[in-house]
Amino acid sequence: MLTNKRLILAHFWLAFIVFAVALVLGAWQMFVRSPLNAWHINPELYYRSVTAHGSAMGYVFPTLIAMGFGYAITEASLEKPLVGRSWAWAGFLLVAAGAVVAMVPVSLGLASVLYTFYPPMIGNPFYYIGVVMVVVGSWIWVALMSINFVAWKRENPGKPVPLAMFANVAGSLLWGWTAVGAALEILFQILPVALGLRSSIDAGLARVFFSWTLHAIVYFWLMPTYIAYYTIFPRAIGGRLYSDAMARISFILFVVVAMPIGVHHLFADPQVGAGFKFMHSVFTGLVALPTLLTVFTICASAEIASRLRGGRGAFGWIKALPWSNPIMLATALSLVMLGFGGAGGLINMSYQLDTTVHNTQWITGHFHLIFGGAIVIMYFAIAYDLWPHLTGRALESFGLMRTQLWLWFIGMIVTTFPWHYVGVLGMPRRMAFYDYANPAISPEAFSVAMSAVGGLILLISGALFLLVLVRGQLGARGEADAYRFAVPLHMPVRIPAALNSFGLWLALMVGLTVVNYGFPIAQLIALNETSVPAVYVGVGR
Amino acid sequence: MTDQSLFSLRNPWFSAGVGITGAIVVLSAVAGLIWLPLMQPDLKLVGIWDAICSAAGVPRAAGPGASIKPDFKTSNVEMTSEMLTQADQVSIGRGATLAQRCAICHGPQGVSDANSPNLAGQFAAVTYKELNDFKAGARVNVVMSPFAAAMTDQDMKDVAAYYAYLPRVPSKSLDTALPAPAIVATGAPMRNIPPCGSCHGDIDNKAGSPWLGGQSEVYIKAQLQAFASGGRRNDISQQMRNIARQMTSDEIDQAARYYAAQP
Ligand code: HEC
Ligand code: HEC
Ligand code: HEM
Ligand SMILES: [Cu+2]
Repeated sequence: MLTNKRLILAHFWLAFIVFAVALVLGAWQMFVRSPLNAWHINPELYYRSVTAHGSAMGYVFPTLIAMGFGYAITEASLEKPLVGRSWAWAGFLLVAAGAVVAMVPVSLGLASVLYTFYPPMIGNPFYYIGVVMVVVGSWIWVALMSINFVAWKRENPGKPVPLAMFANVAGSLLWGWTAVGAALEILFQILPVALGLRSSIDAGLARVFFSWTLHAIVYFWLMPTYIAYYTIFPRAIGGRLYSDAMARISFILFVVVAMPIGVHHLFADPQVGAGFKFMHSVFTGLVALPTLLTVFTICASAEIASRLRGGRGAFGWIKALPWSNPIMLATALSLVMLGFGGAGGLINMSYQLDTTVHNTQWITGHFHLIFGGAIVIMYFAIAYDLWPHLTGRALESFGLMRTQLWLWFIGMIVTTFPWHYVGVLGMPRRMAFYDYANPAISPEAFSVAMSAVGGLILLISGALFLLVLVRGQLGARGEADAYRFAVPLHMPVRIPAALNSFGLWLALMVGLTVVNYGFPIAQLIALNETSVPAVYVGVGR
Repeated sequence: MTDQSLFSLRNPWFSAGVGITGAIVVLSAVAGLIWLPLMQPDLKLVGIWDAICSAAGVPRAAGPGASIKPDFKTSNVEMTSEMLTQADQVSIGRGATLAQRCAICHGPQGVSDANSPNLAGQFAAVTYKELNDFKAGARVNVVMSPFAAAMTDQDMKDVAAYYAYLPRVPSKSLDTALPAPAIVATGAPMRNIPPCGSCHGDIDNKAGSPWLGGQSEVYIKAQLQAFASGGRRNDISQQMRNIARQMTSDEIDQAARYYAAQP
C-alpha cells in the first residue's frame, strides 16, 4: 500500500537526474585523461569535475535512493501510511538544496578538494555547508524510519517486524551513526578554517574522523541492494526467501561490525598506531561474514525458485531460472560483480598487499566495480520493480531493460578490469594528466583507452535507463496490484526479541566504535602541534 | 518477549552477542597491541607497556642525532596562505618611502629594465619572505643582500605591502598568443614535476610561490639554474629545487620565455 507516491517518486527522480549528470562527468573524466585525447585543458577543470562527480555519486545519489526506497518499504511492508510525511518532504528539500549549495562553488572552481575533502586543502565554505545539509536531510529520514518502526511495533505487540522494514531500519541506523564522523570533521575542523576563523588544521585527526564515515558509508550504499536481494529478488522470480532469520542476522552483523573498521583506509597514514590498524583489520575480516551469508541465502532462494519451476540437477537448475526477467538478470550480474569486487576488496584489506595498490587506479577500479557495478545495477532493478506501483503505469519495455542491464554489466567490466590492471602497474589515481609518450607509462595507454570505451558503454546504458523510466511515466495507465515483498520459506510467527529490535546491536555498535576509535581520537586531540597551515584552493588566481 | 529481558545474561542472544564481540576485541587487542609488536625485534621494545604504547601510536621523542642540521642557512619564515593578505594604507605609504632606495635597480614603478626582478604586483608574502631570506643569509646575492641586511621586520612588511599595491605592468615581450609549453601546462608527472601553474597562479596559487608573469626571461632562467645547481636553496622543503633539478635545459628556456611573455 503506497500512499505517498509523489514523495517517493521525487526522491527517485532527483536521484537519477543527479546520477545522469555525474555519469556524463565520469565518462568525460575517463576520456580526457586517456591517450585518446591530446591534453589541452586546464588540469583544474579535471579536479573540479572529479569533485562534482564524486560528491554527487558518493553523497547525493545513494542517499536519495536509500531515502526514497526507505519510504516505499515503510508504507508497503507496514501496510500503513508513513508517519511524519511533512518531515519527509522537509528532509527531501534539505537534501536537494544542499546539493545545489555544494555544487555551485564546485562548478565555479572554488572547492576542487575532491569528495574526501583532503584537508589541509580547504575550499569554499558553501561546499561543506551543502554537504552538511545533505547529511542533515538524510538524518530526518533516519529518525522517521525509527519512529515508524517503533510505532508499528507498539500497535503490533509480539509480531515480527517485516524483514524489509527491519533491514531498512538497520541501514538507516548505520548511516545515522557513521555520518557523525564526517559531520564532526566538517563542523569542528574544516568549517572554522574555511570560514577564516582559524588558519591551521589537524589534518591527521580530520582523516581519522573521515575514516569513521568512509567505511560504513559503503554499507549504507549497499543496503538498498541487499534489501532488494532478500526481499524483491525471490518474489520477482516466483520463489521464496530461503531464511528470514539468516537475513536478519546479516543485517545485524552489518550494524555491529561495519563501523569500527574504517582505519583500514589509513593503513598508509602515520598518525594511527599499528596496533589499532590491526584491530580494525580483524573486524574488517569479520564484515565479510554477512556478505557470505547473503550470497548463500540468495543462491539458495534462487534454487528454490528454479526447482519450483521444474529445474533439476546439481547445476541444471540454473538454466531453469527466469532469465528474461530483468530482476533475475540484474541480481545475477550484480552477484558476479560483487564476487570480483569482493576478491579485490580482500586485497585492499590486507595491510601488506594494500601497500602495493594504495592510491593507485586499482582503488578507483575497485569501488567502481562494487559500487558503480554491483550496487547501482540493483538500484536500477529497484526502480524497475517499483515504477509501475509508483506511476500507476505498466513498464513494458522488457527488452530495453535487459539491454540496458547487460550494457551496464559489460560497460562496467570493460571499464574496471583494465582500471585495476593499470593500478597494479602503479598508475596513480586522482591525477589529471598522464604522459603516455613516456616509455615508463606507455604500456598503460591501451588499457586506459579501453576503460574510456567502457565509460562510453556505461553512458549509453545510463541513457537507456532514463529512457525506460520516462517511457514508464508516459505509458498506458493500468492498475498495479499491491506492492509485496518476498515471503520466506517459513513465515516467522514469533521471533526472539534480539531479531526484532536494535537496542542490543546499537549498544554493541557504539561500544565497538569507542573501543576502536576512542584512543586514537583522544590522543590526536590531546597532542599539541599536530596542526598544519591550511592550503586554500581556488584563491588568488 | 520484551526488550527488558533482552538485556539480561539469561538471554542467549545477549550473552552470545556481547560475549563473542568482547572476546574478539580482547583477542585482537592482545594480538595487535602486545603480541605482534613484541614479535618485531626492530622495534627494540623493552617490555609489555612499551609494546602497548608503541602499537597504540603514542609518539616517542626522537633521540639526539636523529635529525641532521644542514651546513647552510635555511629560510626561517613560516609561510601561511593568509600571510600579509590584508594591506593597510599606512603600511603602503611607509613602504613607498622606503622603496625609493630600491628604484635604481627595481624601477620606480617596481618594473625593471635591467633584468632585476620586477616587484610590482608581487604577492606581499613573497617579497617579504625573499627579503627575510636575503637578510638571514638563506638566499645570497652580492647585489641584493646588503640592501636587505639593514631592514627591520616592519620595513620588510611595508615594502612588501607597497609593491603588492603597485599594478603589474605588461612587459615589453608580452605575447599572450604564445602557447604554454608542456612543462608549464602539464608538468612532467613521471619526473614528479607538477604544472607550474598549480603553485604559481593560473591554476592555483600556493603560499609563497611568486607571480612569474612578465618577469625577465634572463632572471627566470638564472633562478631555475640556481635552484638546479643548488646555488639558491631558500625554497622551503626544496619545493623548487626538486622541480628545477629534474628540468632539461630546453624546458628551462621554454618556461622562461613563456612566463616573460605573460601579463
Ligand atoms: C643594486 C641593485 C638592487 C637594489 C638597489 C635593490 N635590489 Fe633587490 N634585487 C636585485 C637583484 C639583482 C635581485 C635578484 C637577485 C638574484 O638574482 O638572486 C634582487 C632581488 C630582490 C628580491 C627577490 C625577488 C624575487 O622575485 O625573488 C626582492 C624582494 C628585492 N630584491 C627587494 C628589494 C628591495 C625591497 C630593495 C630596496 C630596499 C631592493 N631590492 C634593492 C638588485 C637590487
Ligand atoms: C610546488 C609548488 C611549485 C611548483 C609546482 C613550481 N614552483 Fe616555482 N616556486 C615555488 C616556490 C614556493 C617558490 C619560491 C621559493 C622561495 O621561497 O624562494 C618558487 C620560485 C620559483 C622561481 C623564482 C621566482 C623568483 O621570483 O625568485 C621561478 C623562476 C620558478 N619558481 C619557476 C617555476 C617553474 C618554471 C615551474 C614549473 C616547471 C615551477 N616554478 C613550479 C613553488 C613551485
Ligand atoms: C560512465 C561511468 C563512470 C565513469 C567513466 C567514471 C569515471 C570516474 C573517474 C575517471 C573518476 C576519477 C578517478 C580519479 O581521478 O582518481 C571517478 C571518480 C569517482 N566515481 Fe566514477 N565513473 C563512472 C560512474 C560512477 C558511478 C556509477 C559511481 C557510483 C555510483 C561513481 C562513483 C565515483 C566516485 C565516488 C568517485 C570519486 C573518487 C575520487 O574522488 O577519487 N562513478 N569516476
Ligand atoms: Cu572501507
